[in-house]
Amino acid sequence: MINSISKAFNSAKKEGRPALLTYTVAGDNTKKNSLKILKAISKYADICELGFPHNTPIADGGQIQTSSYRAIKNGTKIKDVFEIVKDFKSSKFSKPIILMGYFNMILQYGQNKFLNDCKKNKIDGLIVVDLPWPENKKFASKCKKKSISFVQLISPTTSKNRLISIIKDSHNMIYYISMLSTTGGKLKVSPKKILLNYEKIKSINSNKNCVIGFGITEKSISSLKSADGLVVGSAICREITNSLNKRQNPVTKVSKMVKKLKNKIL
Amino acid sequence: MKLKKKISVLDQHDKFGFWGGKFGGNFVPETLKKPINDLELLFNKLKNNKKFLSERDRYFKNWVGAPTRFIKLSNLTEHVGGAEIWSKVVSDANGGAHKIYNATVHCLLAKKSGKRIICGDTGAGYAGKMLSMAAKKFGLKCKIFMGAKDIERQQPNVKAIKSNGAEIVPVYSGSQTLVDAVSECMRFWVANCDTTAMCVGSTVGPNIFVKICGWSTSQISRELKIQILDEFGNIPKRLKLYNCVGGGSSSFGFWNEFMDYDKKQVEFIGVEAGGSSKSKKHAAPLTYGSKIGILHGAAQYVNQNSEGQIEETESISAGLDYPGVSPLHCFLKDTKRARYTAASDEDALKAFKIVSKYEAIRPSLEPSHAFSVAISEAKKLSKDTIVVVNSCGDAYKDRKILEKKLGVRL
Repeated sequence: MINSISKAFNSAKKEGRPALLTYTVAGDNTKKNSLKILKAISKYADICELGFPHNTPIADGGQIQTSSYRAIKNGTKIKDVFEIVKDFKSSKFSKPIILMGYFNMILQYGQNKFLNDCKKNKIDGLIVVDLPWPENKKFASKCKKKSISFVQLISPTTSKNRLISIIKDSHNMIYYISMLSTTGGKLKVSPKKILLNYEKIKSINSNKNCVIGFGITEKSISSLKSADGLVVGSAICREITNSLNKRQNPVTKVSKMVKKLKNKIL
Repeated sequence: MKLKKKISVLDQHDKFGFWGGKFGGNFVPETLKKPINDLELLFNKLKNNKKFLSERDRYFKNWVGAPTRFIKLSNLTEHVGGAEIWSKVVSDANGGAHKIYNATVHCLLAKKSGKRIICGDTGAGYAGKMLSMAAKKFGLKCKIFMGAKDIERQQPNVKAIKSNGAEIVPVYSGSQTLVDAVSECMRFWVANCDTTAMCVGSTVGPNIFVKICGWSTSQISRELKIQILDEFGNIPKRLKLYNCVGGGSSSFGFWNEFMDYDKKQVEFIGVEAGGSSKSKKHAAPLTYGSKIGILHGAAQYVNQNSEGQIEETESISAGLDYPGVSPLHCFLKDTKRARYTAASDEDALKAFKIVSKYEAIRPSLEPSHAFSVAISEAKKLSKDTIVVVNSCGDAYKDRKILEKKLGVRL
């Protein structure tokens, strides 16, 4: 499957650096601002993950929860998420977009309708936090038919046999969860150990683009730059919260932060 | 969708963990796949192991205090004037509620797996209190997640949890009740599953937690069946088992041994929390036809909006104040084996008043919901009908609410 996600990884590889993936929540802190943030960071990010907020998240830490609750409180609905993406994708700032969220939202929207709307709005990939393998097989193949990458997740607890099966069923991108944690936990494992696990995945199939996420900040990002891609989420959400608390503009603050992150992996 | 006979309902799920092809399952983050699988292997190995079963039975008998009483409520029967009303006084159990069965089994399993810490959620505080008691008994460190609103309204249990040496983690997100406590507990487990065991406090959550809890609380109906046979010589021609349903652990346990009887002979009536009669909010997804959604790792009927956001609930009883319900009950509803209805806050308070006036038991607000429906239906039933209500919790924890609402001092 060659889509714009693969292309983004390829061009980062050509520059001899990992792809930078950002995660923000659609509608945080407003619909308008979340679009502005996407546009502002697209200069530095290679792929943008966009969360569709859920109010009962079982795998998110405090920072992303805060962003999600803020977005829901502001009335963010799935249709707003699609509108944000549509606007972003038709602008000159366009980058590959991966939507990320929980399965109940997709279920209530209707799986086929959701995928049709993803396709229509040029969404490139999907991460569904609570739809693990093998439960995700059917949905993942539906995604594939629409040329939408379904991103499989792998964690330090994933067994060897499972690892092989998951990689076999994965599309062009795999997400390795760096440690046992909800999103945004403090990095409690050494980068060396994380990369060791990362290499295990790559040794099974080196063609799959594998990104590392969870606990990555300005401090830790450079130590992991041998990976195909690195995801920063909670640190960005925290920056939005902090800028709001200090009555600063979240758009410029987040943009500056992502620029810094990019510089650390060049 | 059909219920099979001669095979435990707990085992009537498919390979993905779904009952009736659509309730339950394992909607969990990848990180939890392994600890859940480990727990499945351990439980499947032990659940038929004679040594483990006798160990469980020994703790149930000597520590929990099995069997709990099965008594006729003669004064109430006379007052109501219809069916004979009996009660299974499960609140006799050590700690004062049915939550002790699941807590004991989870601690036994944690010990076998070599984990030293156990975490759990609680709404009414009973699940937390019992887990802290069992953890202390088995030498495990214990962490209890509880909504800030519930901490405020269930102080006696909060004190008990603390005095058992457990740590209480207040949860301030969302509605600050059980639903948020379960989420936070699961998040904690995601981050600590290598050292920590998790006990889900009801027949909810990923498939294995539904099974372990239902298997544990089934002690209630095992005792009841023997007691009924002792009392009547056979299973009465018309037997009706009333139980409140929040997550659904006590009701499932109260019914399980009677599953294969025809419902015309042994009827199951589940009573959900209808909330205040002045409010539209409720905690009765089965009664009010909520749609299927995913909550805490399982597909179930759940209160949600059209977008799939879980809705806030409202009930005077913290133990029933949950937007979803066990996949087992969804299955029993759709196969029509059980009937579900709701009682309001006001109904429950009224029932508490009547029961505690006529009898020497004081059901907590949760079983008071079941008593409310049992009393109003018993009036219209023949004298040879046997009504049994599971009095699954003691009202001591509710004394603040009862004093405020009824002026009753416990």
